[in-house]
Amino acid sequence: MIQEQADAVLGHPVHPDSNVFVRILEWLPLPEMIPGWVVTFGGVMLGMSIFLAVMSVLVMFCVWMERKVSGHIQCRTGPMYAGGWHGWAQSLADGVKLLLKEDMIPKDADRTLFWIAPAIVLGSIFGAMVAFPLSYDWWFGRMDLGVFAILALSSTTTIGVVMAGWASASKWSLYGAMREAAQVVAYEIPLGLSLLAPLFVLGTFSLTEASAMQSGWFGMKWAIFTNPFLIPAFLIYVVAALAETKRAPFDLPEAESELVAGFMTEYSGIRWSFFFFEEYAAMLLMSVLGAFFWFGGFESPLTGALRASGMEDTSLVFSLVCFGTVLFKGFVGIFLMMWLRWTLPRVRIDQVMTMGYKYLTPLALFCVLGAASWEALQHLIFS
Amino acid sequence: MSILHQQRAFYGLLTLAILTSVGYGLVSHGAEGMAFGFFSSFTIAGSLMCIWERSVVRSAFSLMATFMGVAGLFLLLGSDFLAMAQILIYVGGILALILFGVMLTPPDLGERSLPRIGGTLVLVLGGASLVWKHVMDATESLAVLPVEELTPMTSQDQSVGLAFLHPEQYVVAFELAAFLLTVALVAAVYIARRRTADFEPEEAA
Repeated sequence: MIQEQADAVLGHPVHPDSNVFVRILEWLPLPEMIPGWVVTFGGVMLGMSIFLAVMSVLVMFCVWMERKVSGHIQCRTGPMYAGGWHGWAQSLADGVKLLLKEDMIPKDADRTLFWIAPAIVLGSIFGAMVAFPLSYDWWFGRMDLGVFAILALSSTTTIGVVMAGWASASKWSLYGAMREAAQVVAYEIPLGLSLLAPLFVLGTFSLTEASAMQSGWFGMKWAIFTNPFLIPAFLIYVVAALAETKRAPFDLPEAESELVAGFMTEYSGIRWSFFFFEEYAAMLLMSVLGAFFWFGGFESPLTGALRASGMEDTSLVFSLVCFGTVLFKGFVGIFLMMWLRWTLPRVRIDQVMTMGYKYLTPLALFCVLGAASWEALQHLIFS
Repeated sequence: MSILHQQRAFYGLLTLAILTSVGYGLVSHGAEGMAFGFFSSFTIAGSLMCIWERSVVRSAFSLMATFMGVAGLFLLLGSDFLAMAQILIYVGGILALILFGVMLTPPDLGERSLPRIGGTLVLVLGGASLVWKHVMDATESLAVLPVEELTPMTSQDQSVGLAFLHPEQYVVAFELAAFLLTVALVAAVYIARRRTADFEPEEAA
């Protein structure tokens, strides 16, 4: 029923049956003699390389943004020289430096696991990214269960972090890894439960459909405006997402004043930067997920205006506007996370645990119940 | 043979087996066969490593390959929900729990009591014969697996939700399982909670 409703809003099925890269490959003039598996494999490889390149640029931008934001919060300017204008090339220079640095492995470390751990951490976050649609018309993987896939794959990061901590053969690393495991297991529950509240309101697991359900009111029928219980649910989501991405004030796994650098203590060079890559990618993931389920996803007054002017949802301009909108919302979320990081002091590990289990979980349950009964009440009154 | 050489030979054979199955799948069924070969050999390789590895923690980590491989097989069968549930529950939950337990036990880098080569051989041969028998039975009864006719189910979330909550389907089993889990959770908290008696010796000292 909800899918039909979403289809009716858009005027066409929400999932056209082709992937972005398959479309690119169909467009290319390929000779007939190339076997099908080469095309599939090539499409996957092409997709992954484009994806990696785009994500690298976004992460570099995030690092630069973090340094500028933290600088201005502390009445400094942040990087100013590299590249000229406000130090825009600082991250690029840092990236080159990290690529060229010596990659050291401690003597007592478990070399294989030490080597695999950053790959698992990065791979799981990229796997989760696949579930994101770029617009109503562009997507990587056809996911009816987008949120479920994102939650499942991003929870795999824990295993990589624990692996890194254990393989380093250092007590600081192991402490960091144990903290990470405890913290993530504790906060996965409120994260999932707080996401359940908008899922009740929108009635779908799919990110594209969730966005389509919020397209009323000239692109402003965002879920958070339709149900009062979604506001506390969003606050819980923010706290749980901060804890899941190991961002301050919940950066206990890498608490530099207690554990040197936590699970990353023994890592250096490009392998070390993989962990940071994962952190920023996870921030983007969590902010965009929040944007999809509380703040309209692709929808904004801009898309409303375009739709009112008679533009098709599948046209190129509309797709670009959708992608830009969701990226902008994601970066607003990232700015919020940075702001919190440079404003709040770190909490203690027992406080983290207490908050997760004793306060956030019951509160999230209450929000789910409230959102569901509000929807039921609306249904009773208006129909 | 020293332990290092054994280890190298084992991992070399494992890599060879994975490459062989991927290559065979590619030749026989194209891209899908390649993916099937990769995921299935990954699953089996993970479980073999779990038996073979000397360190308990490495054994636990190798389970991740098994769980991910099984999730990949579910994905190939067009069942996104099962694949994601597999990752969320087994990798995100159970494996994290196992790791927690294993890392808190004292490190034991000595030989496992299980005679490794013999045990592995017996398990591999037994498993292979079982799989072989089942594959033979399946191919006899089905004649040929209709890969082309399998269409991926559309909108799995709704079918799963309906199966769980529709009064004519599994709603009773679902609610019973939920009730059982809630009782287990409350009981676990009850057992693990600190009683006031636990504090008394400290106060006396």
